[in-house]
Amino acid sequence: MRTFAGVEDEDKWLAEGIAGIQHNAFFMHRALDANNLREVLKYSVLMLSELRTSKLSPQKYYDLYMRAFDQLRQLEIFFKDESRHGLPVVDLYELVQHAGNILPRTYLLCTVGSVYIKSKQAPSKDVLKDLVEMCRGVQHPIRGLFLRSYLAQVSRDKLPEIGSDYEGDANTVMDAVEFVLQNFTEMNKLWVRVQQQGPGTVREKQEKERNELRDLVGKNLHVLGQIEGVDLEMYKETVLPRVVEQIVNCKDELAQYYLMECIIQVFPDEYHLQTLDTLLAACTQLMPTVDTKIVLTQLMDRLSNYAASSSDVLHEFLQVEAFAKLSNAIGKVIETQLEMPIVGAMTLFVSLLTFTLRVHPDRLDYVDQVLGACVVKLSSVPKLEDARAMKQVVALLSAPLEKYNDIVTALTLSNYPRVMDHLDDGTNKVMAMLIIQSIMKNDSCISTADKVEVLFELIKGLIKDLDGTNTEELDEEDFQEEQNSVARLIHMLDNEEPEEMLKIICVVRKHLMTGGPRRLPFTVPPLVFSALRLVRQLESQDGDIAGEDVPATPRAVFQILNQTIEVLSSVPCPELALRLYLQCAEAASDCDLEPVAYELFTQAFILYEEEIADSKEQVTAIHLIVGTLQRINVFGVENRDTLTHKATGYSARLLKKPDQCRAVYACSHLFWVDDLDGIKDGERALLCLRRALRIANAAQQMANATRGNSGPVTLFVEILNKYIYFFEKGNPHITPSDIQSLVELINNEMQSDNGNTTIHSDPFFTSTLRYIRFQKQKGGLMGEKYDPIKL
Amino acid sequence: MQLILFLLLVSYSLKTGYCDWDLNLLIMNYLLGAFKPACNISITFTDGKNRKQVPIKKDNGQTVMNPLFQSQETISGKISIEPYQGKKVEHNGVKVELLGQIEMYFDRGNFYDFTSLVRELDVPGEIYERKTYPFEFSTVEMPHETYNGVNVRLRYVLKVTVTRGYGGSIVEYQDFVVRNYVPLPPINNSIKMEVGIEDCLHIEFEYNKSKYHLKDVILGKIYFLLVRIKIKNMDLEIRRRESTGAGANTHVETETLAKFELMDGAPVRGESIPVRVFLTPYDLTPTYKNINNKFSVKYYLNLVLVDEEDRRYFKQQEITLYRLKEETS
Repeated sequence: MRTFAGVEDEDKWLAEGIAGIQHNAFFMHRALDANNLREVLKYSVLMLSELRTSKLSPQKYYDLYMRAFDQLRQLEIFFKDESRHGLPVVDLYELVQHAGNILPRTYLLCTVGSVYIKSKQAPSKDVLKDLVEMCRGVQHPIRGLFLRSYLAQVSRDKLPEIGSDYEGDANTVMDAVEFVLQNFTEMNKLWVRVQQQGPGTVREKQEKERNELRDLVGKNLHVLGQIEGVDLEMYKETVLPRVVEQIVNCKDELAQYYLMECIIQVFPDEYHLQTLDTLLAACTQLMPTVDTKIVLTQLMDRLSNYAASSSDVLHEFLQVEAFAKLSNAIGKVIETQLEMPIVGAMTLFVSLLTFTLRVHPDRLDYVDQVLGACVVKLSSVPKLEDARAMKQVVALLSAPLEKYNDIVTALTLSNYPRVMDHLDDGTNKVMAMLIIQSIMKNDSCISTADKVEVLFELIKGLIKDLDGTNTEELDEEDFQEEQNSVARLIHMLDNEEPEEMLKIICVVRKHLMTGGPRRLPFTVPPLVFSALRLVRQLESQDGDIAGEDVPATPRAVFQILNQTIEVLSSVPCPELALRLYLQCAEAASDCDLEPVAYELFTQAFILYEEEIADSKEQVTAIHLIVGTLQRINVFGVENRDTLTHKATGYSARLLKKPDQCRAVYACSHLFWVDDLDGIKDGERALLCLRRALRIANAAQQMANATRGNSGPVTLFVEILNKYIYFFEKGNPHITPSDIQSLVELINNEMQSDNGNTTIHSDPFFTSTLRYIRFQKQKGGLMGEKYDPIKL
Repeated sequence: MQLILFLLLVSYSLKTGYCDWDLNLLIMNYLLGAFKPACNISITFTDGKNRKQVPIKKDNGQTVMNPLFQSQETISGKISIEPYQGKKVEHNGVKVELLGQIEMYFDRGNFYDFTSLVRELDVPGEIYERKTYPFEFSTVEMPHETYNGVNVRLRYVLKVTVTRGYGGSIVEYQDFVVRNYVPLPPINNSIKMEVGIEDCLHIEFEYNKSKYHLKDVILGKIYFLLVRIKIKNMDLEIRRRESTGAGANTHVETETLAKFELMDGAPVRGESIPVRVFLTPYDLTPTYKNINNKFSVKYYLNLVLVDEEDRRYFKQQEITLYRLKEETS
């Protein structure tokens, strides 16, 4: 029994062992040179006796073994040459068995045995059988493992496999397989025993040491995989059942896991495919602590790759019903291995799904089935909290997206949303983002209301606050990013068919409305514009579709829009709502829906009056309102008057004088639209400008009073430009003298203001004057018009 | 000077009460040389050159080669007596004896002759020159084999005596070896047995035969039914049990002739370990049963299991050894 001594002790023992081997090897070599068989045997036995030590760890023992191994090569060469020792190999085979100690004896026997096979004086199968049987005498796990490993090594090139010299007559490849299988079985038994050798305190170290030995065992499987002539039939009937039997029976966690892994790695994919039943049955029989999922995962990965390697093999998969089998097996494993953490089950599902997607890309029902199984499993556990499991679920859900490059396909999977339900909120969002990104990347257009419904159900984590979400914790940037994604997504929902599109919009609206004040500012605008696009589409088709029975009318859309924006105004986000109202109003105007447009404007004005308090916002709003109103030509005189009146009224009530002034002169455009059928009320336009002038004057004086100087004349210059504009456009109420007097006024203002400083200091004014001169000089119609103006 | 030496040698042999044949011969030769001994006696066998010679270990550790015979063989040859130059040998007769002797070591020097045949070679007279006598013992019954044991020895010897009235008779010995061959036994059952210590160790062992010839191979299997002890290794020993004397004077001597490791390490339940032991390398004899009521030699296979505390668990089984007629000889 090896005691667990310090490393130094072990090093010492190893050194002693090596010295012993070298010492005896020296005498052995001398005897070899003298062709003295008796001495050769004597010293080789002494040398090999060094391997009887129990003091070394497997790693150190390996070192020792390798040194003896090198010497045994020399010995084998000597044995091969009968002229050197003068004994027929069959006698030699007996002679070495006279050694009293089993370990040196069996090493020598294997060495001679290999020569014996090579000499072909006996059927290789008999010799192999004898060797593998005689090795039974070494039951010490480590010594036995190395001995059998030696046997495997010396016999490797002497197996009666197909195409080898040793095959034929009574020696068939079956014998080779039998030999390797037996050696494998015995080695595995020994390996399993390594751990049972000591108190629990050293378990961990022993586990590690055992792991170091595993390749000795696995090598046998490797050899089995390489034997020429092991065809599918033989593999199915003999090799696999025997190996599996051993694996299952050894009841050792480490061994089962490693050997299953070996099987999967060593044998060809098509064999696995044809023996799925056996393999999977084995998986369910492993010890409960064995990490079956990794085994199954590897198997499925290999099969997936195999399926991907060539389309020719796909029919094989169908033939053996690979999916059904794998699916069953996984179900069973999950069912039986109760301790398996949820992440394990999820990993399995991911693998199965990957497999399905590769092998049966056309079978969406399979995919759905996998997801369904996943749902069942997830439902059986309390809330999913394991981060790794969560990751696996995300992978599970992402896989179909990647495969089909098309969310539309995923949307037909009924279990897809049910799986998502099991994610926690954070992950749900991540997943939703992934879905959106996938849509964006593939530019896929979702074109039916049903799918949109499903899609929004999927991404509801982004659409609304889920129960129990702490909004405080959310990172603002992330939030914006998410909502921007949703906004982008809305643009991907499109259908040529207006009716369907209307449905889509309704669906989206329904979902978005649940989003709460923080989301609406992000999500409503795209919805509005999407709807407006529909409106324009409808309008362009107006000729074709007529009648009130068609649900998708612009009017209907505007109703929806109105309601939608209303929500936004209460969020509160009045500025945005205002803009959207104006946008809609303009669209309504284009559709010749005067009442709608009027209503929308009314809403906008109400917002302006009631919600927009900030003076800067007011300025902006006024300009927007004026700009929009100016372009709208649908209103009748009365409505227009009302609206323009309102707008001018607001303008005049702005807080700051310059703002007032600017708003008022902007209002002048409301009365003079430079269109063919636009309104041309020159008098009221002039009134506006005059009023603007008054305000500018007042502003100047106010500035004088408060700051001592009247400030720049910019306002005047701006008004001058408006004059010139209307003048050019042919407003009869604007005369050259008006312009001239205004120019003079500005000049005066500047002189009085700046005293002796340069007169033409204002570049805007200078440019304006230059323009006037230019027009005068240009001549023609315009030149004549300008002629009366004297500068 | 020479006389003193003689006395010394004689006193030596008296003191020890021990007289080896070789020493005896040495002394005789010496004495003959010293006193210019009368003659040189040599014994040769008829087919001496072709007859198989086997090594026999002598007490002084030397190995000498002796001719091999078996029972019912005719032992013949020539005895030549050659007086030393110019001397004559005056005698009261010359005879040759074939003796089968058993010597017990507790009774050393006392030979029990179980076979004794005599041939008179010459009537009393004088020998002047080399004289050769043919002799023949035809179809001699030699039921026992030559044996060199711990406490007993069985030997065959030719003893030539030139009887003289004075100065003692001149005696010459020639050893030869007898081995008897038997045919294959008609019944040869295997040995099969289940043994164990309750709740500790249960094994079943099987040896393919109960009777082995001397160049046989013991084949078998040890099957572990239950293992609750930590076994370190398992050996198969071949033991020889030599009993001499009878009744109260019986001496039993047991030797372990072979210790052959069958297993290294601790097996688990269900493991079966092969046994294959070649008997050739060991110095074995057939089993001897009650040879002339003087001694017996029996052989045993002893299966020994050693645990990690070096406790030994063993089971001994008698086997019969016999000498099978070799094809080659």
